[in-house]
Amino acid sequence: MAEIAKEYRTVTEIVGPLMIVEGVKGITYGELADVKLSNGSVRRGRVLEVSGDRAVIQVFEGTSGLSPQDVKVRFLARGMELAVSMDMLGRVFDGFGRPIDDGPAIIPEKYLNVNGSPINPFARDYPNEFIQTGISTIDLLNTLVRGQKLPLFSGAGLPHSRLAVQIARQAKVLKTGEKFAVVFAAMGITFEEAEFFIDDFRKTGAIERSVVFVNLADDPPIERIALPRMALTTAEYLAFEKDMHVLVIMTDITNYCEALREISAARREVPGRRGYPGYLYTDLSTIYERAGRIKGKKGSITQIPVLTMPEDDKTHPIPDLTGYITEGQIIINRALHTKGIYPPVDVLPSLSRLKDKGIGEGKTREDHADLMNQLYSAYARGKNAKELAVVLGESALSETDILFVKFADEFEDKFVRQGENENRSIEESMRIGWELLSMLPRGELKRIREKFLDKYLPK
Amino acid sequence: MNEIKGEVIKVSGPLVVARGLKGARMYEMVRVGEGKLFGEIIEIKGDSYSIQVYEETEGIGPGQPVWRTGEPLSVELGPGLIKSIYDGVQRPLDKLSYEFGEYIVRGAEKPALDRSIVWQFNPSVKTGDRVEPGDIIGSVRESNLVVHKIMIPPNLSGIVKKIEPIRGNVDEVVAIIEGADGKDHPITMVQRWPVREPRPVKKKIMPVEPMFTGQRVIDMFFPITKGGTACVPGPFGSGKTVVQHQLAKWADAQIVVYVGCGERGNEMTDVLMEFPHLKDPASGEPLMERTVLVANTSNMPVAAREASVFTGIAIAEYYRDMGYSVALMADSTSRWAEAMREISGRLEEMPGEEGYPAYLGSRIASFYERAGSVICLGSDERKGAITVIGAVSPPGGDLSEPVVQATLRVVKVFWGLDDKLAFSRHFPAINWLTSYSLYQDVVDEYADKVFNGEWSKYRKTAMEILQREAELEELVRLVGIDALPHEDRLLLQAAKMIREDFLHQNAFDDIDTYTSPEKQFRLLKLILIYYERIKKAFKDGATLVALTKLDVLEDIAKAKFIPEDHLKQFDTIEKKIESSIVPLTW
Ligand SMILES: Nc1ncnc2c1ncn2[C@@H]1O[C@H](COP(=O)(O)OP(=O)(O)OP(=O)(O)O)[C@@H](O)[C@H]1O
Ligand SMILES: [Mg+2]
Repeated sequence: MAEIAKEYRTVTEIVGPLMIVEGVKGITYGELADVKLSNGSVRRGRVLEVSGDRAVIQVFEGTSGLSPQDVKVRFLARGMELAVSMDMLGRVFDGFGRPIDDGPAIIPEKYLNVNGSPINPFARDYPNEFIQTGISTIDLLNTLVRGQKLPLFSGAGLPHSRLAVQIARQAKVLKTGEKFAVVFAAMGITFEEAEFFIDDFRKTGAIERSVVFVNLADDPPIERIALPRMALTTAEYLAFEKDMHVLVIMTDITNYCEALREISAARREVPGRRGYPGYLYTDLSTIYERAGRIKGKKGSITQIPVLTMPEDDKTHPIPDLTGYITEGQIIINRALHTKGIYPPVDVLPSLSRLKDKGIGEGKTREDHADLMNQLYSAYARGKNAKELAVVLGESALSETDILFVKFADEFEDKFVRQGENENRSIEESMRIGWELLSMLPRGELKRIREKFLDKYLPK
Repeated sequence: MNEIKGEVIKVSGPLVVARGLKGARMYEMVRVGEGKLFGEIIEIKGDSYSIQVYEETEGIGPGQPVWRTGEPLSVELGPGLIKSIYDGVQRPLDKLSYEFGEYIVRGAEKPALDRSIVWQFNPSVKTGDRVEPGDIIGSVRESNLVVHKIMIPPNLSGIVKKIEPIRGNVDEVVAIIEGADGKDHPITMVQRWPVREPRPVKKKIMPVEPMFTGQRVIDMFFPITKGGTACVPGPFGSGKTVVQHQLAKWADAQIVVYVGCGERGNEMTDVLMEFPHLKDPASGEPLMERTVLVANTSNMPVAAREASVFTGIAIAEYYRDMGYSVALMADSTSRWAEAMREISGRLEEMPGEEGYPAYLGSRIASFYERAGSVICLGSDERKGAITVIGAVSPPGGDLSEPVVQATLRVVKVFWGLDDKLAFSRHFPAINWLTSYSLYQDVVDEYADKVFNGEWSKYRKTAMEILQREAELEELVRLVGIDALPHEDRLLLQAAKMIREDFLHQNAFDDIDTYTSPEKQFRLLKLILIYYERIKKAFKDGATLVALTKLDVLEDIAKAKFIPEDHLKQFDTIEKKIESSIVPLTW
């Protein structure tokens, strides 16, 4: 940059994560700033508002320990950028994209603005390629496709991290000869959780094709605002410039939203529901909508955001707004977990909205849709009958209903339950599904076409 | 561009404040910063002009220039709109992507109407004719389905001085009108119109003609009319977008304007990929041939999202003015309201309920007011209509929130989506107990003429059965089904058939996706005849078990998959009902 960056000592106010600098000139919205302390340390900030000669800066590392007299602010005349290169694979970074794994510095191939730009809807290609995660409840009943955004809705203390790691490890497409990468964005999770992920990636060799961004629970919360954007910028580079199929796992979105709420409160904005800013939907969409495929490009970005629902409440603004943007949701259920079933995926309220485009002949197998509908409805019927039995007693159930109750139990035990290292092929998942259906009278299997019953139902 | 130049004094997200824009008016378009970003003035206080900017404002700062354009935010109207996909301020997304790549870049500009297309204009008036505002002076074949009428603009009348068949792009002068002012006014194939201003009509009339949609629960139970207004509220995943897409596909409108307002990019791609292959049931032509898309997805700039519904409705009004019946879908009006809220917050306006601006209700009302059935401008007294269907996405599915409430005050049809129905995979998840249509009477009147007075009769019977079912279900929950009298159990059986064999409609099945009014009528009649017969047979001594295990039930369940050109099969099933029930009472 030709221009000499300007430096100011005119900080007049510090409020929460925000800092106000006066007497500035030539500053632009979104510009980055270095906040220098007298002890020589530097923090990063970004201009959130500029009015006349007054700029509001959001300080990512937080303002604790800062005093207006003690800091100098230097504006950098550029937005937030990330240096990207293929060498990022296998590496671990903080929320600003600085290596934290004792490895060498990254030699950048180029710098990209981390806010990205919206994909032109006309340029998008529709997601329709099946991804095999090796998890029966996902592959068969809530199929994930390339370019989809499919979140895990979970709760505190549930094994969503284990499931996310298992998916990252196992996910593959049935075609061969394609390049994969995993971008992992950890926001405000504990050291142990982060270690669990990184460790698993190392052990299984997945780290070689992974880029990890970590902001721990005790790291500055405001850094969490930048982190998913760093991760997605990396994903876009790998997918659309390097032809890779990128799976982005982001955990925990709830922590991200809390950080956003903190800034909003410091700016005294009119709060929306439960104190979250009114623009939470728009903000989240600028993250989630970065998933997708683009016409004429080989690569793709598939997102699995993970969020913990406060009090397991699906109508809380974070899961609610997420559900309004993503293409379905996988629900992790506490009751199943308590029963000792892993992965505790509750298939009834879970839904992959793009599943229909990724299954069937030529993609998975001809009987996929029928089998899926039948398993779903049989399980729903079994669960219903069970509830009925609780109210009215077992005797109120017909003989067939009793069969369905048994089916529901077996379904949870054999189909939903699987090992943490058990990587089931789609054929295997289907085989188990058919096997379970053979418990029921053939006449009850109304969702499956005769020809498939003849061909696949075990005699 | 106007020479008057001001300068930026403040930037906060999509809101920029400038000074020095002497003479600028509310809603005037301006260009902001070196990158000449598009913006619109939305507040004036002394020399301070608040501007909502339609593009990302990173890099804009105090001191940078702002230019006036002298014109309010306007759309270009003319041949070439059909089959287009625009962003919220009518930038052609297809052209942008060819020229600027797969991401939307700032400051990118392209005319809304493609100047490289040559149209054949055929006049329908001749030299010396008197013309008044709105008169059609000729036409252009715009697509296989749409004949585009070239009209005298709303503010002009006079004598045709020159007109002839001509080939050219939209800027071609097709006629010269000598105005009342004695001056010559060249008429081209394109008009500009400010989006926030309703296009004038001669008068509004009551919307009395049904707009059939091919969706059974809608047409039979909660119908809409051409020129009517409807809303589809529901929590996420309850099926709002699928309902909107279904209507865009199958509603018997001549023109469809689909506004994707703050929703998913992939949903627009879905429309773009599907519509060219789907055939309009009336003409057999691809549905894209009558469709205009406006796509301002959730991640695109929020100010342009605010503008998108106006851009859409202005385009709809233009086709209405030609005498067409137009349907406009907006998915989702909640995202539009949120865009208003965000801008209002940045203007530091006094917030109303849940942070929405106090004028939320009046804005929503003024949008839906642009729907309607009308006598168009022009001496031929032609009729046109705009039907507006807005999706609403209430937080947590809570219908008491401000956007739903403001919408319900103005729309006449309420299709309430229910997450319990969606959860049990009953689609469309329109709750039949809470939804309503204030057009039911006029649609009954129309349909009863076609179906010998039986349309409304069957519908009423079916609705009574469903309502009774809801009451009985309460009871069953307490005492179990065995405690119910057998008559009631027959009713429950009929209710279940109405739900599963009639109301349930799979949008993704090739046949089930669309049902003509004729077939809807036959289908409902089938179920009700069956119910009549078993009720009678039961009185005459048949047993409950025998009556609920008939194999004609299978035929009734499959009747919705009977193709439109095989409706005779309904006769066969009706006969089978008779022949299988009668023997039970012998
Ligand atoms: N008529 C239908 N037939 C079959 N499936 C349907 C139907 N309507 C909805 N669905 C199913 O429900 C899913 C969600 O529907 P849709 O995308 O319309 O929800 P929505 O209300 O628009 O949600 P959001 O508010 O998140 O946009 C669809 O992907 C589809 O699987
Ligand atoms: Mg939707």
